[in-house]
Order: sequence, then structure tokens, then C-alpha cells
Amino acid sequence: MKKVFAIVTIAALVMGSIFASGAKEASTMSSVDENKVTLNSNTPKGDLEIFSWWAGDEGPALDALIVDFKGDYPEVNLINATVTGGSGVNAKAVLKTRMLNNDPPESFQVHAGQELIGTWVDADRMLDLTPLFEDQGWLNIFPSDVIELIGTDDGIWSVPVCVHKSNVMWYIPSNLKKWGVKVPKTLDEFFAVAEVLQAKGIVPLSMGTTWTAVENWENVALATLGVADYNKLWNGELAWTDPKVVEVWENFGKLLDYTNKDAASLSWQQATDMVVGGQAAFNFMGDWAAGYMMTTLKLAPGTGFGWANTPGTTGAFQFLSDSFGIPKGCSNQDAAVAWLKACGSKSGQDAFNPLKGSIPVRTDADMSLYSAYSKSAADNFANDDIVGSLAHGVVANEGFMNDFNAVLERFNESRDAKSAAQASKEIAVSNNMAN
Amino acid sequence: MSKKNSREKLYSVLILLPSIILVSIFVYGFIGTTIYSSMTDWKGMSANPVKNFIGWDNYKTLFTSFIQIGFRQDLVNTVFYTLILLFGTLILGLFLAILLDRQVRYEAVYRTIFLYPMALSFIVSGTVWRWLLAPSGGLNVIPTWFGGEKGTFQWISSKVQILQFNWQNIFQIISALLLVIFIFVLISSIKSGNKKEKIKYSIICGFFALFTFVVLPLLPPPLAEKEMHGFNLATIGIIFAGVWQYSGYAMALYLAGLRGLSGSIRESARLDGANEFMYYWKIAIPNLRPITMSAVVIMAHISLKMFDLIYAMAGTDNEFTGHPSVRMYTTTFRANKFALGSAMAVILFLFAALFIIPYIIRSHKERG
Repeated sequence: MKKVFAIVTIAALVMGSIFASGAKEASTMSSVDENKVTLNSNTPKGDLEIFSWWAGDEGPALDALIVDFKGDYPEVNLINATVTGGSGVNAKAVLKTRMLNNDPPESFQVHAGQELIGTWVDADRMLDLTPLFEDQGWLNIFPSDVIELIGTDDGIWSVPVCVHKSNVMWYIPSNLKKWGVKVPKTLDEFFAVAEVLQAKGIVPLSMGTTWTAVENWENVALATLGVADYNKLWNGELAWTDPKVVEVWENFGKLLDYTNKDAASLSWQQATDMVVGGQAAFNFMGDWAAGYMMTTLKLAPGTGFGWANTPGTTGAFQFLSDSFGIPKGCSNQDAAVAWLKACGSKSGQDAFNPLKGSIPVRTDADMSLYSAYSKSAADNFANDDIVGSLAHGVVANEGFMNDFNAVLERFNESRDAKSAAQASKEIAVSNNMAN
Repeated sequence: MSKKNSREKLYSVLILLPSIILVSIFVYGFIGTTIYSSMTDWKGMSANPVKNFIGWDNYKTLFTSFIQIGFRQDLVNTVFYTLILLFGTLILGLFLAILLDRQVRYEAVYRTIFLYPMALSFIVSGTVWRWLLAPSGGLNVIPTWFGGEKGTFQWISSKVQILQFNWQNIFQIISALLLVIFIFVLISSIKSGNKKEKIKYSIICGFFALFTFVVLPLLPPPLAEKEMHGFNLATIGIIFAGVWQYSGYAMALYLAGLRGLSGSIRESARLDGANEFMYYWKIAIPNLRPITMSAVVIMAHISLKMFDLIYAMAGTDNEFTGHPSVRMYTTTFRANKFALGSAMAVILFLFAALFIIPYIIRSHKERG
């Protein structure tokens, strides 16, 4: 029996040393302490893995960008790693496990703003891209509101590729004429119109699953608070329990009364379909809905479908953006920098955005390549006040966004504005967004 | 100890050693790590995370904080998911097995058809069932084929909750349920006339009665405010899909059991004048007890792994169909709260243990 124990002990020791050496290796690999991206004149080559959730409908746009990139940097072997799932639901989880394993891709897609900052910058896992922005002159070419939303005091963390607008209201002009209603400009006008429509048996506002409800909430919040207070809410100057915020919840509750009952089981496309099919009058949705209606449903912008800012948000542009950043520990920084240059370049943005249905971040893009809707959105982007979107991670970190879903679902059931405001305050505190 | 004997022992230990080491690291080691993580304040994606030991705080958050109401509802959902899936699959599976046991023609074809859903992954069947249960199509349309009104039930998005109870009374409810169970045990022990057992169970019943009606009402409630939970009708569709998928499996288990019963039992039952119903009710089903036992364990742990089905059918943010495993995923990998997610994992682990440990103890007793 003694022998047996000896063997067991030896085996345990051997196994232990194997695991211990593995751990050592991992710790030396993660010790990269450069904080800023380094620029040099090397010709980029070697493997470049870019990680995104642009598969399916968005695949062709990414492919166009990759073609543009390969034209400039033929020596780079680009590996296009995509994980499907709208808004990156699956990709983000895969990325997190890879980052925790110290196996980062050279560059990855991320929603610009707090979603990136709260998760990756706070964890000290991103390279500051300020030198690149200065080198490329992007500080002057990208709108300053945008730079402010995607950066912190310590740096700029990602290169935005495309811009979407989330405060758009969609409708079918001929249907509105048939029902004898006008496009509402303020929330009060909207509620009045909704009353008329509901009396006719038409759903005033179509809505889909939880994240679309969050989008509608942010639209109502912007309308109720106005640009200044909306921004204050996110930088902690306006309390979540302030009477104005309670009013946001009250208005949102009213809005919910005018939505379809099966919202929770509809995708955003199905909610758009309700408007196109004439069961519903309006839909608040980000402007990827324009791409869906033009490309998939073959409707002409302006005549086949119409759009306006969501009620009460005239003069404001609720912004969200997909962007690429470079994680620390990136094994081929030259190639990653080259990729970001392509993402921010005029030719790259003009190759990508017309196909995705989004607008370029650059103020000097060639707008003749874009659709009628995109032209009007680009015009708003240039002239309106730019504020960030909650549903798509510009203004709040992921912890808050996750908990907010639960608060919203609870409110949907209880319709208690005060307790929803109180709960929002609690989650803001627990996610380090308020004191 | 003879030389040959000790050498055999050595071999057996050597053969077992790799799996013992691997299991102890990858199963028990990781369970231990999860339990430790659940008692820290680990959150965020930092390369060198700060993990301060904070004891039971995460568990306290889960069971008392206002934000985690959803988690408590998820636990209630789990109880219903588990119980209904268990009874649904077992009863339906037994029924199908009895039908097939009666020497039907093309039995193999039916067997394959009934067993087939199990070969699909939850994601596939979940996607199909989501379409079938869409409020404006699928099952709701069926009544119109017979000239009826189109169904209006909001399968997965229903917000109706029945069998509501106040979470403040949760301990009384659990204790009362245990009381009811032990009263049944007591009655059966009285019937069997075992004196020792009778005394033992009377004491247990007395204890729970005292607890339910005297001790617990005197204690302060676990929550400051009233909080209602109950059975969400939105979960029916998901349970439906689960039962559809796994009743074939229960059927296969039972069919094997029925085939295992010797034909002479059936013959002699018949000679004694038992009809078919009596044969199954009085002879076959009691003889299938060991199969029921293992089926219960298998189904119970499947019900704890419904993540894929719920993910495919309702998504991660439907508060009405939630399950702790889904919330664990979003808390950990979306909100980056690793410690809180670990605490949920530990609770789920205890839930699984609730079913599996009694089974292991029992099978040990039977063997010993």
C-alpha cells in the first residue's frame, strides 16, 4: 500500500508542476505595459485577425471594407472572424472568454462609447489611439461631439466605422393620409394622434423585444428631458430620482399603452413589418430599418416609407456607432494599425457604409454614393446636437445596460414610475454610474 | 494480503489515477473555485482582477435586493419547469410505452418517431417551437381550420401569473409543503405497521407543524416589502416543447423496463383473472420503480439545463420565462459581474444536488 501512496504523490506532484508552469507562461504573456498605440513606417505584414459580428446581412459591407484594405496592404493575411447574432449578443461573450484567456484578436468590433470604456478601457485592456487620430487628422474630420462620446480623459479608444441614428420614427405616408393623421412633432401631439388611431383599431406604435423597448425608452427620455438634461443624466449630474426622470417613466408608460400586446415575441423586423403591412401606424427604430425596408422589402425612401425624428426630439441626433479598437497584447500591432487606418479612411467608410445603410463618421465623405435616407441622416448628423444612445452602449456600461433591461421589464408589468426611477438609481449606483 | 492481491490493487489504482486526478481538478476543483468566486466582489474584465473576499453578500443580494426580484422569480420558474417537465415526460412516456408494449404493428417505426425529437438539439427544436407558438400564427391558427376563432393566447410573451404567493412567506410555504409530504409518509408507515418508522415520522411531522404555524410566523419576514411571485403562463410554451422533446426518451426507458418483465408474470396475472389495466397498474408499474427513479434524476437535471431551449424560444431578456441559468449567463458574460454569476451557479448546483444526492444515497443503500 505504501508504494501506491508514493505513486499517487509523485503523480500529483508531476501534474501540479505541469499546471504551475502553464500558469507562469500565461502571466508573462499578459505583461504588456505600453498604453498608447505605436506608429512606425514598417510595411504591415503577417496575420491580422479581426473579430466582429458582421455576418449575414452586414457581411457584404464588411467584405467591401476588407477589399479596400487589401488593396492598400496586400502583404497582410487578414483573418475575418465573425460570430453571428444581432447587436453582438454572442460575439461579445466569445470575445470575453478569449480576452480572459489572454488570446485577444488583433482588432475587434465594439459599440463605441461606454460599452467599450466600461468593459475594456476600465479593465486596462485597450491601447490609446490618440497618436493615430492625430496622425490621420481625424480630430478635425470626425465631429467633436463624437470624439467626446467615444473617448475619456485618458485617450481615444476606438475608430468609429459607421454611424446610426436611433431616434427615427418610421411610417407609410399613404397609410397616414388614408387614416387622416399627420406626423406628430411632440410627445403630446403623438399621444393625441395615437388616441385617434387606436379608436380606429390601428396599433399606434409597433414594438418588438426588450432591446427595442429600451430604444423607445431612450427616445422618450430625450424628448422629455431635452438634450442638456439627457446628457446630465448620463454624466451623473441629474439624479435618477429627479421628478423629471419620473416624468420620463410616466411618458414611457403612456407610450406603452399604445403599443402592440405581443411585443415581447416580435423581432424588430416583425415590428417594422406591422407598419409596412398597415396594422400599425408608427415604429421607433434605429435607421437600420431604412436598410431593411429598402433592400429586403423594396420600398422607395420618401414615397414607399417616410421618416421623421421621434416626437419631441427635433434638432437632436441620438447616435450610436460600431467601431474597432486594438487590445493590449495584440501580437501584430502594425497590421492592426493599418486596419484602423482603413476603417477611418474616406475610401473605407464610403465602401462600407452605403452597403450597410449607415452613414460615415467623416464629415468629408462622398454623399452621392448614399441613399436618399442616408443623405438626410448625414445632414442631421452634421447640423443637430449629437447625444448618445443607451440601447447601443454609448452612454452606459454593460452592467447598467443589463440591469436596465430588468428594470424596464418590471415597469412594463407594474407601471410604477416612481419605483422604476428608484430602481434605476440603484442600478446606476451599483454599476458605478452615480453616487 | 497476498502478493498477487496487492499487485492487482496497485494496477486498479494506477488505472483509476488519471481520471481521479482529472476529475478532482476539472470538476471538484472548478466547483470549489466557483464557490470561492461567489464569495468575492470580482467584476469587470481586468487582466489582474481584484477579488476581495466579501462572504455571503452576493447571496444576500440575490435573495433580498430589489433589482434581483427577477432572480427569485427565476427560482420559482425553475420549480415549475422541473415539476411539470418531470410529470409530463414520465406520464406521457409511460403511456406511449404501454401502447407500444401491446405488440402493435410497425412498432419500430413508432418507436423511432417518438424517440426522434430527442436527437434534435434544444436550439433546433426551440427555434421551431418559437415559430409554432408565434401569437399570430402557428398553433393559434389551428382553431380556424375547424371554423373556430383564432386563438389569442400570447404563448411566450404572456404576462399572466397564476398561483401567486408572497415571497415574505416563502419559508412557511416550504415548511408546509414538507409537512404535507411527511404526513403522506406517516400515513403509509401507519399502514405498513412499522412502529419505529411511525414514531420517527410523527416526530418529523410535529416538528414541521410547529415550524409552519408557530415558529416562522413569529420571525421577521425575509423581505421588508411584499413581493408577489407565481407561475408564469408564458412558461407553458417552453415546458410544452421540453415535454415534446423528452417524452420519447422516457418512453424508451419504460419500454425497455416493460420488455424486461418476464412473460410468465403476465401469464400468471392473466390466469389469476387480471385484465390489461390491472396488469399494468398493479404489476407492471410497481415493477418499473427503479426505472422511474433513474428517469426522475435524468429529467430533473435536464430541466436544470433548459438554457438552450429558453435562449432559442424567448431570448435572454424575457422576464417571464427566465431561468437561473439564463440569468447566470447574462450576469456573467454581459454585465461582467463574475462573482454574482458564480453565486447563481452555486445555487443552481445546489438545486441539482437536491435531486441527485438522494438518488446516490439510495442506490448505495441498495447495493450495500
